[in-house]
Amino acid sequence: MKTTLITVAGLLFGTAALSDGHTPVLTVYAPDYFGSEWGPGPSIEAAFEERCKCDLQYQTGDLLPRLLLEGERTQADVAIGFNSDITKRARDSEMFAPHGLDLSPLTLPIDWNDDTFLPFNYGHTAFIYDNTKLDGFDSFEALLDAPDDVRVVIQDPRSSISGLALVLWVQAVYGDEAEAAWLRLAPKIVTVTQGWSESYGLFTDGEADVVLSYTTSPAYHIIAEEDLTKSAAIFEEGHYFMVELAAKLATTDQPKLADEFMAFILTEDFQTMIPTTNWSFPAALPMDQWPEGFQDLPMPETVLFYTENEAAALRDVAIEAWRSALSQ
Amino acid sequence: MAQRTFTIITALVVAGLVIGPVTAVLWHGGGITVLSAADLSALQFTVWQAFWSSLISVTLAVPVARAFARRSFWGRSALVSIMGAPFILPVIVAILGLLSVFGGNGFVNVFLEPLGIPKLDIYGAHGVILAHVFFNLPLAIRLILQGWLSIPSERFRVAASLNAPIFKLLEWPMLCRIMPSAFAVIFVICIGSFAVALTLGGGPKATTIELAIYQAFKFDFDLSKAASLAVVQLCLGLGVGLVALLLARGDMLGVGFDRVVQRWDGSLLLDTSWIGLATLFLLTPLVAIFVAGLSGLADLPISIWGAALRSLLISLGAVILTMLLALPLVTKAGEVASLLGLSVSGLVLGTGMFLIIQPYVRPSSVALPVTMLVNVLMALPFVLRILRPNMEAAKNDFGRLGQSLGLQRWPLWRIVYLPRLRRPMGFAAGLTGALAMGDLGVITLFSRPGEGTLPMAMYQLMGAYKMEAAYGAALLLVGLSLGLFWAFDKGGRAHAVV
Repeated sequence: MKTTLITVAGLLFGTAALSDGHTPVLTVYAPDYFGSEWGPGPSIEAAFEERCKCDLQYQTGDLLPRLLLEGERTQADVAIGFNSDITKRARDSEMFAPHGLDLSPLTLPIDWNDDTFLPFNYGHTAFIYDNTKLDGFDSFEALLDAPDDVRVVIQDPRSSISGLALVLWVQAVYGDEAEAAWLRLAPKIVTVTQGWSESYGLFTDGEADVVLSYTTSPAYHIIAEEDLTKSAAIFEEGHYFMVELAAKLATTDQPKLADEFMAFILTEDFQTMIPTTNWSFPAALPMDQWPEGFQDLPMPETVLFYTENEAAALRDVAIEAWRSALSQ
Repeated sequence: MAQRTFTIITALVVAGLVIGPVTAVLWHGGGITVLSAADLSALQFTVWQAFWSSLISVTLAVPVARAFARRSFWGRSALVSIMGAPFILPVIVAILGLLSVFGGNGFVNVFLEPLGIPKLDIYGAHGVILAHVFFNLPLAIRLILQGWLSIPSERFRVAASLNAPIFKLLEWPMLCRIMPSAFAVIFVICIGSFAVALTLGGGPKATTIELAIYQAFKFDFDLSKAASLAVVQLCLGLGVGLVALLLARGDMLGVGFDRVVQRWDGSLLLDTSWIGLATLFLLTPLVAIFVAGLSGLADLPISIWGAALRSLLISLGAVILTMLLALPLVTKAGEVASLLGLSVSGLVLGTGMFLIIQPYVRPSSVALPVTMLVNVLMALPFVLRILRPNMEAAKNDFGRLGQSLGLQRWPLWRIVYLPRLRRPMGFAAGLTGALAMGDLGVITLFSRPGEGTLPMAMYQLMGAYKMEAAYGAALLLVGLSLGLFWAFDKGGRAHAVV
């Protein structure tokens, strides 16, 4: 009976709640996808626990809102999974401490010298299509000029981080003409979804021909499904860069472990786990060490990127251009 | 007197559980924010779509419910149960199911195309309303069907022998009593719509208040704005609840021998068509979900069963707590108070509860109970809407008899009221359980890995590109929800007096 109860309790409350009280615990806040058993979380946890002789415990949920709600009370030692377009709000909270790491191992396509937020993987926004049905588009202009019966599905910039990246992308390519560009794209947009999952579901169900996703999306189909029919359209105007970041909490009661974890992020062990668990490019791994499906992915020649201050300043304008054009 | 005190206390607890968290968010955010022009247009769209969605749902439900009330056929009760399924579907599943029927490549267009009929474009305001009718028609049908079944069979016999107009004398007064509250409940559900409205609405024209709350919370971390918008939702919910209360007139039809009605009137062809059309509309997307999910079932990981078990426990807990809170609240004022919980954004409720408990416990260690509590608050209005007409009828018809027999409060409940509430309680419990099962809810705010619920696992699978497995999880979820709903509903009907 007792074993049954323990089994049931284990099923219900996972193993995270059980700790023997002697092993030091590093609490890492992460988004839900990161900590889920299909995300990078579990393998990273196992690899780090081997090194640190500690217990890494994830707490998952909406990263920034939760940290801001908790404020100084937070139990978090490290937070992983921020997006560069919203780090200004995080930095302004002054809840984070410098990581103190040498950033030379980074292999990002842009320069990065932030002393607080540390990149662990990146990607670019891209439109994904089925290459057996469409010829693809070699520029943003080509997509805007495509016939109106090409059905595109995108995410809402007000509720989705990839949707926000898209409006910043259009802003970067078209500037003051962003609204006009949206007007040309509008007839092709079948619908706008709350998040990435709904959009991608509509695409794989055949409800849309083209979906806003990432340059790395085809890698999933190639590696996990041996399906070569999904391609990312590479635009000559360039692609918007999206990077995911980690930071150490200033209030951590495990500063040593937290530092150790931050340093672990830049190691080969960590970085080689990223591609096939988070389906994105590792931030500090030379391309020749990427898995095969990733090495062959077409990469954009030009990378467009707004710093967090620029992104924060342009966000409202970029969203308004989108809203106004798509409301007509 | 004691009964009334009990009711008041429960109503205060329920109202406090809603107003407390909203106030906490408002407090933390530093007060009310004045709404922007964009918020006002979102408010306008929210009210507009909620009005038409509920009006159409309730109107269409009348002929369908009447057809079900008049006909008895093999499989009728199973059909009534299954038709309730859209109401308990997780949003994302319902969207994909609807689009596989009405979307660009859906059945309807595949069927229309060879006939040379122009393609149906589902995206737009009409799509939003269609989706909301799909969700809420089942609830409306059940609520109105209940009204029909509450008319004593003797009335129909007397009307028949006098050759009197049944509709005018019996059915219309019943509808006048039931329809306004059914409208109010559905209106309040539609106020909270966000993903459905956005996706089927085709873009930012279909922006609702709930989306604005989501944006304020997740991107801007503007708690003041999120809470202010939640207050607007509260006022809308309360307003429509009060209006419904004023409109809901019509007397109870008095006491009968409490027997099953046998009907002779109405056109068989008409009734069959209504039932057929409603079945087609509500069940085709379900078939699509079933087909899509079948192949994914094999891809489901073992851990899905832990998630399913947690969802099941949340759901059963929610049923018990909801019923305990509902019984003392089966009054007019209780019903209006309960609308508060449904009208306010779950995101704001969850955030408020987070703020309130966090000085005392780690929120993630109570993620499951909090998720359950929010589900209880959201289910109460449906439960009360289902129970109240039956409770009032039982009180009107048998209350005085019971008193004259000198029955004390508890025997009165046990012998008279509970047996008469058994069928609606079964239905209400089934609905609560199924809703709690399918709700993604506030658990996404704070949880620990390995402690997720079934809807969460489904979203995680989708987020990891595993669409097939996600559809499998969706099918499992729908199956469990329906099973739970059916078991309670059936349990309520077994040996039921009415």
